[in-house]
Amino acid sequence: MTAVAEILLPLNPGIWLIVGALIAVLLPQTLSRWFAVILPVFLIAFLFSLNLDNYGTISFFDYSLETFRLDALSRVFGLIFLIASALGNLYALGDDVDKLQRSAALAYAGGAIAAVFAGDMITLFIFFEVAAVASVFLIWARRTERAFAAGMRYLIFQIGAGVILLAGLLIHFSVTGSIVFDKLGLEAPGGILILIAFGIKSAFPLVHNWLQDAYPEATISGTVILSGFTTKLAIYALARSYAGTEILIWIGAVMAIFPIFYAIIENDLRRVLTYSLNNQLGFMVVGIGIGTEMALNGTVSHAFVHILYKALLLMSMGAVLLRTGTCNGTELGGLVKTMPWTAAFCIVGAASASAFPLFSGFISKSMIITAAGEQGYWIIWLILLFASAGVLYHSGIRIPYFAFFSEDKGHRVKEAPWPMLVAMGAAAFLCIIIGVFPAPLYAMLPFSVDYVPYTAYHVINQLQLLMFAALAFTVLKLIKIYPSDTRGINLDTDWVYRKGLMTLIIYSNRYLNTGYRVVCDGAVGIISEVINSAKQLGNNDGILSRTPALGSSIAWISGLLLLVLLLRFA
Amino acid sequence: MKNNVQENDKMKEGLHWFDNKRNIKRIIYALYVICAALFLAEFFYHKHAVFSFDTWFGFYAIYGFIMCVGLVIGAKVIRHLLIRRENYYDSSS
Repeated sequence: MTAVAEILLPLNPGIWLIVGALIAVLLPQTLSRWFAVILPVFLIAFLFSLNLDNYGTISFFDYSLETFRLDALSRVFGLIFLIASALGNLYALGDDVDKLQRSAALAYAGGAIAAVFAGDMITLFIFFEVAAVASVFLIWARRTERAFAAGMRYLIFQIGAGVILLAGLLIHFSVTGSIVFDKLGLEAPGGILILIAFGIKSAFPLVHNWLQDAYPEATISGTVILSGFTTKLAIYALARSYAGTEILIWIGAVMAIFPIFYAIIENDLRRVLTYSLNNQLGFMVVGIGIGTEMALNGTVSHAFVHILYKALLLMSMGAVLLRTGTCNGTELGGLVKTMPWTAAFCIVGAASASAFPLFSGFISKSMIITAAGEQGYWIIWLILLFASAGVLYHSGIRIPYFAFFSEDKGHRVKEAPWPMLVAMGAAAFLCIIIGVFPAPLYAMLPFSVDYVPYTAYHVINQLQLLMFAALAFTVLKLIKIYPSDTRGINLDTDWVYRKGLMTLIIYSNRYLNTGYRVVCDGAVGIISEVINSAKQLGNNDGILSRTPALGSSIAWISGLLLLVLLLRFA
Repeated sequence: MKNNVQENDKMKEGLHWFDNKRNIKRIIYALYVICAALFLAEFFYHKHAVFSFDTWFGFYAIYGFIMCVGLVIGAKVIRHLLIRRENYYDSSS
């Protein structure tokens, strides 16, 4: 027993959370609610008590599984995942969450954290899948038909990516004989497959739509929790194994741009935030593609602050959904009167996402943009600058404006429940404190930081970019060019499998039907022809009613056999 | 607590700081002033050149403005092409 403990301890905090998910089911309701909040907080303290090292090495046949690799990169992701889990579960106290959903939330966070700390690909794969399966219950817990269908589509993408990952790992293992999870690159055996798997999970363009399709269909706290883990786990995995892969720069640039357009025209404000999430992932993917120390620091710090402000924004929209029963821009407005605290926290999240000086996005995103500039990628640099101004549009202006400040739609609702306010307050506090004092976050990054965010030119240039973008919004609004919110949905790639394929099947079915009828009619004709001629041949005077000689029978049979053989091997 | 009572009173009257059109105008004027100040700030700080074009006078301000106008117009066009009724997907199943 002690030997087992010595091998395993200290145990991967993600595994503790998964064990916690089982315990949470057994505890009485009230205790279980608080247990889900306290456990991640306790694990944060546990994480800080450990030195960077490889723990939990298990021999498995001839291979060693490293179940708990604590290095600079995994520690910062593990830490933010634990914070997100604690805040998400605190927020969920204000929502009517059943035990299944609570355990799913714990197991999901646990799977993601365990995967981050995995030192080998087998452990990584297993916990990636644990996270995928646990997370779908946060969508299904909405208990609507829409949510069920969206959850199924989500699961198909997640498991599909898992299978591709497994195929890549097997190829990699069979060629190299190594299961260590570290730098791979496209040239590594199985490298392309593994990149595709991580790419699906981090919502690369064209395989992104599982994110916008499923997340807004989850429960109120479910969406908040979902927003933190899967995609950032994939970003972590990409940063670990594909840093400096140039194609990622261009993929990331596309990712940073196209969701902005959708985020401006989408009516469901939680879906707006998932497009915005996608756009932020684009920045991180560009950073990984550039691969310099500054770019990777930028990606990691941006993932860290992004999880906080995205959760904060989704929390505020969740509170709006809880109180008003809708999250559609067309049905909201004027809520600042009755939900002033939620509005204030939302603005902090919006300012952080837009990277205003003194807010968290400012100190992280700029590292990626600066790194792109230093490496001479001027097109990418311009794209990222444009995407930054775009973020101000959808997250910075659109979300707070349409929910809280636009024309009063007559909702007279209560302020959000106190656990939600506390969770939002804590997230908002972190957004500001990181923005004002970035040094502690910088100290945790994988490489030493040689970057000063608060310089005169950087502050002024950023403010110029943002305020003139806001000016453009105001002018377009005043001269009524800015598109008013309209009910309706916008087509995205999910059209291909939700509508396109179905249409294809219906059409092909129609033609197949005609074809089938032709074949059937033909066959019936041929068969009656055969019967008729058989009747004639089998008549008293017909050929078949004669008694032929044995030799001719053998000749016939041999002939047939030859024909069959010929056809068989033709 | 006192604030809350005041808030509630205001609510009953149906009047809020943001209900007053003049206040909205004040915010918009404040934005104009801030933008003008930021544009004039171009004279007063040491530029840090990443490339060459980013040191052009007012580059960040002009780029931010033009790209955002383009963004909105682009989004309008895209919406025109992509929007469907809300139950578009429900009707097939």
